Amino acid sequence: MIWNEELECMSEDEKKQLQLTRLQDVVKKAYENVPYYRKRFEEIGIKPEDIKTLNDVEMLPFTTKTDLREAYPFGMFAVPEDDIIEVHTSSGTTGKPTVSGYTQTDLEIWSEVMARALAMAGAGRKDFIQNAYGYGLFTGGMGVHYGAQKIGATVVPISAGNTMRQLEIMQDFGTTIITCTPSYALYLAEVAEKEGIRKESIKLKAGIFGAEMWTEEMRKELEKRLNIDALNIYGLTEIIGPGVAMECNDKNGLHISDDHFYPEIIDANTLETLPEGKKGELVLTTLTREGMPIIRFRTKDITALRKGKCSCGRTLIKMDRITGRTDDMLKIRGVIVFPSQIEKALLRIEGLEPHYQIVVTRPHHLDEIEVLVENSEKLFSDEVKHVEEAKKMIEDYIHSEIGLRVNVILVEPQSIPRSEGKAVRVIDKREF
Amino acid sequence: MKLKQISIFLENKKGRLWKALSILKDAGINIRALSIADTSGFGILRLIVPEPEEAKKVLEAGNFVVKVNDVIAIGVPDKPGGLDGILEVLNKSNINVEYLYAFVAKRGEQAMVVLRTEDIDAGIKALEDGGVTILSSEEVYKL
Repeated sequence: MIWNEELECMSEDEKKQLQLTRLQDVVKKAYENVPYYRKRFEEIGIKPEDIKTLNDVEMLPFTTKTDLREAYPFGMFAVPEDDIIEVHTSSGTTGKPTVSGYTQTDLEIWSEVMARALAMAGAGRKDFIQNAYGYGLFTGGMGVHYGAQKIGATVVPISAGNTMRQLEIMQDFGTTIITCTPSYALYLAEVAEKEGIRKESIKLKAGIFGAEMWTEEMRKELEKRLNIDALNIYGLTEIIGPGVAMECNDKNGLHISDDHFYPEIIDANTLETLPEGKKGELVLTTLTREGMPIIRFRTKDITALRKGKCSCGRTLIKMDRITGRTDDMLKIRGVIVFPSQIEKALLRIEGLEPHYQIVVTRPHHLDEIEVLVENSEKLFSDEVKHVEEAKKMIEDYIHSEIGLRVNVILVEPQSIPRSEGKAVRVIDKREF
Repeated sequence: MKLKQISIFLENKKGRLWKALSILKDAGINIRALSIADTSGFGILRLIVPEPEEAKKVLEAGNFVVKVNDVIAIGVPDKPGGLDGILEVLNKSNINVEYLYAFVAKRGEQAMVVLRTEDIDAGIKALEDGGVTILSSEEVYKL
């Protein structure tokens, strides 16, 4: 089912015209109302009227996560604070979080793109959408909620966690669509099997999974075990939240609502725009947001764009499944982990050198982290039990910092490669 | 009488034991006794050498983590039941043995047992009270 056929299926020419008009408008608003953008535009000597074609977007400055952080809390707002009616933030694990402010219109846009996304998974008025994304400052919960209400489906705002209750409600309410991270969906499937819940007592038809990277293998596994269509959703707080892009039943790439979010792919090193089909860093410009227009946001997510009419009938541009990140931020079972957090934990342990390496694997569809730490005289003992206690202590320190259990492997001093520049802290062996 | 033992941390990786021993060889250090504790993740190589501090220095220069600590060395008759009497003494005194390793110098004569109790001094006292011969460093190095 297509939620908004007029906009989701418009011709290439119509869309380009719409995008250009909206781009010119958002650039003007950003320039006039956000001092940060005015300064950046002046630095490179451009004015909003210089945007004459869509390709002129390439003249505009990039916005990075750091820029947004420096504007904390409300420096990027383009409207008086009175007009902002809701705020969300990113997780803020590496310092200040970034804030996203929404006007009434922005919430309508968010509801609209989320309604499109849910409709791609077949959601209609009769559906029960069990929303197991976290409600709160995180955008996942509210995003799905708004979209479900826009459609008129019944939203079950259960939020994340409490697996037994999730399964109970799923059966009792006859949930038809589940929204959560793919790894949590797998866990739900495992518990359901363990509890001996019969497949017939679960009425799920689709799952909308996002907020972490996942694979085609995982899709197959989830589809088989939950007897559903497992679909990939993409979004980010800085742009709006979930609903920036979503897979249709074609299951071959995610449709970006490109009438609202203008995508580009750049080479992360040269910053040059890459042609369609080339893999690179996704850059997004909000075309319609009022509260917080964002120009050329560097998502650090790696993907490629594909134009054309999809078998589902939509002409919304498609992006490939995200295959990685340009920086070293890790998403482990949906939790964001930065190598710097591991470093922080290690530095709190007396007598330990903060030389470490993080190895991420996914042995059974669940992420595992190994942290290689160099042993030191302080930690070492002639007795096995004391060395194992030291290992356990390091694991506890890391756990309290990142909230996840890791496996610490003690290695010999100097065995972790040293680097003059940026150390290779992360070895990601997961296959996306 | 306490004896110095050196312990070396070994990563569970090919060639590490050889690397540690070749450093000692190059330094002309002769090994009197050796044992390895192995776990799934790492190993601890324990050695009795005549020059423990020198051995520590060269191994550390080769990027090994090394610890020197005290153990007890005992001379045991090389015949059935030789070790049994010693463990009996410790058991009676409620002394827990963390680990021990033994080897025979010359068949039929004396065997040496290196043992580590949680409290070394209590271990020595119990053994002495039980009439067990504790070897001095010199005696061990001469074996």
